[in-house]
Amino acid sequence: MEKKGLTFREVRGQKIKEFFIKQFFFVNGLLAILILLGIFFLLFSKGYPALKELGWKSFLLSAQWNPTSFETPRYGILSLINSTLMVTFGALAFAVPLGVACAAFISEVAPPRMREILKPTVEVLAAIPSVVVGFLGIVLVNPILSSLFNISHGLNALNGSILLAIMALPTIISLSEDALKAVPKTYKEASLALGANQWQTIVRVSIPSALSGIIASIMLGMGRAIGETMTVLMATGNARALTFNFLDPIQTMTATIAIELGEVPYNTTHYYALFIIGFFLFLMTFLVNLVSDIILQKYQEVER
Amino acid sequence: MKRKWSEKLGFFILTVSGILVVAILGVILFDIISKGSSVISWEFLTQPPREGMTKGGIFPAILGTFLVSVITVTFAVPLGMFAAIYLHEYARASRLTRLIRLSIRNLSGVPSIVYGLFGVVIFVQMLNFGTSILSAGLTLGLLTLPWTITACEEALKTVPKSYREGALALGATQWCTIRTNVLPYSIPGMLTGTILGLARAAGETAPILFTGAAFFLPHLPKSIFDQFMALPYHLYILSTQHHSITLVRPIAYGTALVLLALVLTLSFAAIMIRYRYRKKMKG
Repeated sequence: MEKKGLTFREVRGQKIKEFFIKQFFFVNGLLAILILLGIFFLLFSKGYPALKELGWKSFLLSAQWNPTSFETPRYGILSLINSTLMVTFGALAFAVPLGVACAAFISEVAPPRMREILKPTVEVLAAIPSVVVGFLGIVLVNPILSSLFNISHGLNALNGSILLAIMALPTIISLSEDALKAVPKTYKEASLALGANQWQTIVRVSIPSALSGIIASIMLGMGRAIGETMTVLMATGNARALTFNFLDPIQTMTATIAIELGEVPYNTTHYYALFIIGFFLFLMTFLVNLVSDIILQKYQEVER
Repeated sequence: MKRKWSEKLGFFILTVSGILVVAILGVILFDIISKGSSVISWEFLTQPPREGMTKGGIFPAILGTFLVSVITVTFAVPLGMFAAIYLHEYARASRLTRLIRLSIRNLSGVPSIVYGLFGVVIFVQMLNFGTSILSAGLTLGLLTLPWTITACEEALKTVPKSYREGALALGATQWCTIRTNVLPYSIPGMLTGTILGLARAAGETAPILFTGAAFFLPHLPKSIFDQFMALPYHLYILSTQHHSITLVRPIAYGTALVLLALVLTLSFAAIMIRYRYRKKMKG
């Protein structure tokens, strides 16, 4: 007996099956939104009891973080935010010039052989675990800084900045390079035809045209630096003081969570307060990433 | 003349920055390999730590990292694949789809310590898995999910549209098309992404700090509900928390080398698979 196609019932069965398969994949597709919202609500709801007990002001208007004080525990996160911003901008001060210059070198100047060395270099650099970078901050950068500046030890904001710069470099280099590559060849040709030399073309034509992509790459690198935990935990000395001196030890938001969450009992004010830090940390990285995302999307639209 | 000088100086600066980046990686690799390789031996890789971690090997940490990675992969890969299939094969260009993509990009920027907080509340407390291999593996699974989704979608993108159209034209249903004409060709790409995600997960420390990693355990874990020792956490302890830091420095270097070798081997394997596969698709 030869079969001549499907009966109505079989077709209907198949359609129902297809419908459920599609719904199954749809639910999985929604997962990313659910997790993101989940993280947001969870951080907020776990931090809320501390907010209710202490009020916004005691968190945001005080620089004293001392939750384990026997008399009056203090929960001011100002010094922690300050520390995080210090190492972040310190890192960018190193990583932006070096990263953008390296990207320009790869895309505009480097001979093919150099390019073949640099591209895997950037990939390997990106793959190094943060704890290894932190370890090198202790064994390598620490003694150099302490002898260079004549201080007792080199575990401070500068050390953290250098390490975070290394961690942000791959992001900045590879995305800036993509942006530089996307600049239409005709722009450069026009500039060269008008008598500009290659250097002038890079500085006045290529980089300005790729600027939005470069800025987006810097923002992404910045987001990474803000949220990085192990390197700063290991290399910045962890002293909870409000300082603007890069040679002082500091303690960032991430390091505070990493140090204290393991020690506090669950569901105490101190425990909730750590989630408030996590909440602010999440907000900061979320905003930075969102801005870089908007820049990138706009820039891709213009390209089209 | 002045212009020529500025051009030369500019090129010089760019070249120096390129060399500097290579030099940074060179110094990192040289320091760890030169100081770590003297400790590496068969015994170091297969023995547990002895005498307050000042002697012996790091086998429990290697095993712990392996076990956690298994959980991470079994959790993140299917979910990442399904989500990618939805996004690339089913989803239409709508506001919801844009929102999903935005969430994925943002998730990959969420700090790893925040995933740690999330893992503590969801897996350790709410689901009551305790501090365990399971909790840590699931937390790392969440962390790798955005990368896995992106990698799987990239893999799906490489399958030519004509493969799908051919199947659909013959009357195959959409799922049948995906199963027979899309998935088989995108598996190598998905594998690459999976291994890269795994390499990142294996080196992460912050998310496992509170979800199951232990300072030192006298026994190997017996089930996925036990605590574990992990390579990155072990390195963290040996370099900051140990009571005689200088004494364990060689072991710390050895641990760093093993971790680095593991992560880089995984990354290279992934890149090799991608390279071969691309060659095959072209040829």
